[in-house]
Amino acid sequence: MSPEWTAAVAVALPLLGGLAVLALRRWPNLRESATLVTAVALFFVVASLLGPVRGGARPELVLFEVVPGISLALQVEPLGLLFALVASFLWIITSLYSIGYMRSHHESHQTRFYFFFTVAISAAMGAAFSANLFTLFAFYEVLTLGTYPLVTHHGTDEARRAGRVYLGILLSTSIGFQLLAIIWTWLLAGTVAFRPGGILTGTASAGMLSVLLVLYVFGVGKAAVMPFHRWLPAAMVAPTPVSALLHAVAVVKVGVFTILKIAIYVFGLDLLRTLPATPWLAWAAAATIILASLVAFTKDNLKARLAYSTISQLSYIVLGALLANSMGVIGGGMHIAMHAFGKITLFFVAGAVMVAAHETEISRMHGLGRTMPITFGAFFVASLSIIGVPPAGGLWSKWFLGLGTLEAGQKGLLAMLMLSSLLSLVYLLEVPVKAFFRPVPDGAERAPGIREAPWPMVLALVLTAAATVGLFLYPEPVFDLMTMVVAQ
Amino acid sequence: MSANLPVLLVVVPLLCAPLAALTRRPRPAWGVAMLAAGWAFVVSILLLSRVLAQGTISYHIGDWAPPWGIEYRIDEVNAFVVLIVSGIAAVVTPYARRSVEREIDATRIPLFYTAYVLCMAGLLGISVTGDVFNVFVFLEISSLSAYALIAQGPDRRALTASYQYLIMGSIGATFIVIGIGLMYVMTGTLNMADLAQRLPMVDANRTIPVAFAFLAVGISLKLALFPLHLWLPNAYTYAPSAVTAFIASTATKVAVYMLLRFFFTIFGAAFAFDVMHLDRVLMPLAIIAIVTMSLSAIYQVNVKRLLAYSSIAQIGYMILGISLASVTGLTAGILHLFNHALMKGGLFLAVGAVMYRTGSVRLRAMEGLGREMPWTMAAFVLAGLSLIGVPLTVGFVSKWYLVLAGLEKGWWPVAAVVLVGSLLAAIYIWKVVEVAYFRERSREEPVREAPLALLLPMWILVLANYYFGMHADLTVGVAHRAAQVLMGVAQ
Repeated sequence: MSPEWTAAVAVALPLLGGLAVLALRRWPNLRESATLVTAVALFFVVASLLGPVRGGARPELVLFEVVPGISLALQVEPLGLLFALVASFLWIITSLYSIGYMRSHHESHQTRFYFFFTVAISAAMGAAFSANLFTLFAFYEVLTLGTYPLVTHHGTDEARRAGRVYLGILLSTSIGFQLLAIIWTWLLAGTVAFRPGGILTGTASAGMLSVLLVLYVFGVGKAAVMPFHRWLPAAMVAPTPVSALLHAVAVVKVGVFTILKIAIYVFGLDLLRTLPATPWLAWAAAATIILASLVAFTKDNLKARLAYSTISQLSYIVLGALLANSMGVIGGGMHIAMHAFGKITLFFVAGAVMVAAHETEISRMHGLGRTMPITFGAFFVASLSIIGVPPAGGLWSKWFLGLGTLEAGQKGLLAMLMLSSLLSLVYLLEVPVKAFFRPVPDGAERAPGIREAPWPMVLALVLTAAATVGLFLYPEPVFDLMTMVVAQ
Repeated sequence: MSANLPVLLVVVPLLCAPLAALTRRPRPAWGVAMLAAGWAFVVSILLLSRVLAQGTISYHIGDWAPPWGIEYRIDEVNAFVVLIVSGIAAVVTPYARRSVEREIDATRIPLFYTAYVLCMAGLLGISVTGDVFNVFVFLEISSLSAYALIAQGPDRRALTASYQYLIMGSIGATFIVIGIGLMYVMTGTLNMADLAQRLPMVDANRTIPVAFAFLAVGISLKLALFPLHLWLPNAYTYAPSAVTAFIASTATKVAVYMLLRFFFTIFGAAFAFDVMHLDRVLMPLAIIAIVTMSLSAIYQVNVKRLLAYSSIAQIGYMILGISLASVTGLTAGILHLFNHALMKGGLFLAVGAVMYRTGSVRLRAMEGLGREMPWTMAAFVLAGLSLIGVPLTVGFVSKWYLVLAGLEKGWWPVAAVVLVGSLLAAIYIWKVVEVAYFRERSREEPVREAPLALLLPMWILVLANYYFGMHADLTVGVAHRAAQVLMGVAQ
């Protein structure tokens, strides 16, 4: 199979899997096998692109042209490939996890759930391999709409309200700001293609381009830069596998990935560095990092706390893009991978606790560590990755982000990064520490016989936690891909 | 015969109308309507491809040379409009059979199809003729038959809705005929091309501006431009389902075409915009229409009425594009004629299927239908996404060109209004989605999915939304050439 078509297959494969899920709806075991097989196949398809891309190939495929100059086209480049690899690999593990979760949690409409999951993955692949802004925008919107049935899965009033916030913010930012910015870009540059070095240099004054940049940064609502972050906590009403893969990895990473793409391939780092708005936006990202961390403190609900932690961590990547130097971009890109493995583990734990002990609030998890040691141990390791200390992979991305701030001469931003790491140290480690060392509260009525969650869930969270350590020891594959991005 | 296609396009449906009345039974009458719609559709495709290949077609009725005889004149602009009208007729007529049987008394069905075919013939006639008085004649044919069609609605309020439309529509038609008469007095001709040549030679006096004003108001009434839209919500709400789908997708489009023809071809863009400053009237009204009518749509509890208000807002988009008086703006406006016909047609057909099964189109009737009528509601959601303007739909292509046209002129508020309208559309479409998918049914008996005879036409229109959203080069290309013709820009 030629590499051009491989990318198209990566987009189509999850959808085919989705059709298989629908066809096998009467046989749950076969249905779940279809998901797992698709996920594994997808990962190998995506991984097969690694060789050609490392060899310098940038396979491109025009699927169809909507009007002259605007086409739905795919292109494989290192940054997109990195994102696709992370998302497709974690989909395998999440599928494993979902089987345990959805069944032990007795969720209804599981066929619908698995089907829309495949739609979301397909859209994420499309976004990762998009060759121009139009294609990226199209898959971005498909992802928004395709995840709506997952967010509102329970069909309760609460889910419906959360769905409104979710769609409301994501649609209004993307249509109101992002689409406007894309059409403006088309008017200025006569193209919407992603090109190394950007397409906007010399097309308009620095002031105008600054306005455009602001439209992009806030228009990509999935990056959750404050004040457009409310959709992410709202999305937490979804079943936990959705929160884990989509709202810690696929959906939110499409957001920051879009910002990186726009910074590198639409503006170009050289142009970006000269715009007056860039440092201001970098500070907006820094403010989001700190404020979201502070909000995370106030949340007793574990998933809500993790959601705010995600908002904070996403802005690391936005910040990396806006530092507009190679270190910042490398750090931002690496953080896509590092944060993904860490955060998905944390969500897996949240779901495991929900299934095994029926607890969602941190204050009610005291002493649970002794009955669920593996689960909370994984939480501890993954927290280290988010905080950015050894022996976990998060260290490397934060390292390069820190170097990026110094290269940009922004010591203040470095201080913000440090402060945020300290904050996350407190709000994340509070969970395993209390679970292991606090006694079970006297008044708490805990059902006897709490054990670890079903084995597929435990296996999944152990694997991802181990991966964060693996990424500490072997960060080269991720690092290499990102250096290829900045070397172009 | 092929040389006579322009006139046969209109004559065949005109002859089918009495034929439908003579059949006296529902099925044969419907068959005659199918014949007329199919014929018009085939001919319109032939005409469009001929225009694209060979340029403007001029047909002289009875071989009387214009300006003495009546000329049918078809260029890119009306070839496109004819395709919209006949294409929608070709999809709605098969749908009508089951839907009309359910909603209208069997004894009246042959007459219903008579009026239906007449309405179609009238709309086609307005579109192809190159003679302004002919426009008026066909306008009356289509309007009178439309009043009759709307009055057939199952609800008794259809009668008052029809009466309201009759009054307003007659005022509009009267204004138009006064405008035409004044032009005739000053130039002595009724032929459009001839008028276009002679009007600039008329000495400056008030008559021509007055004719212009009468026409502007009259046509605005027919196309339901805010604030002359008052007839539309009731007419769309109480008409039979098939009629609503047909009229919503064609009648106002043809009125927009009249606006283009009169103000760009006959008066000329220079006179209309530089002397009469038509844009200063149209643009604010279009913007108000988009914002206020979308807001009104949000508060409706009757889904047909909701879509009717949405239609007025969407007409605002077309007028907004036209009022920019640039090739891109005009392209966007003409493009949206076609695109809006596809999305609103699909939506009204979906609502018609709900009417068919539940007997109501109120929001409450839709409770739980996501499960009970999955294909119908999926069609509604997909067409709704097109209305919102999600990428890969026709709605997106329209919005792209409208925003582009606004930005090209540096008019930010125009771009902003278009996008805000999009978001408001998301709100009112989602209101229906939430009821259909989240509320439990409060009805007693369950309902079944609509029959295939309704689903098929509905899905053809819905899928067309996506096909032409992904392959827009045909529609954008035609709209662009039409815009160039109207602006008088050399190709």
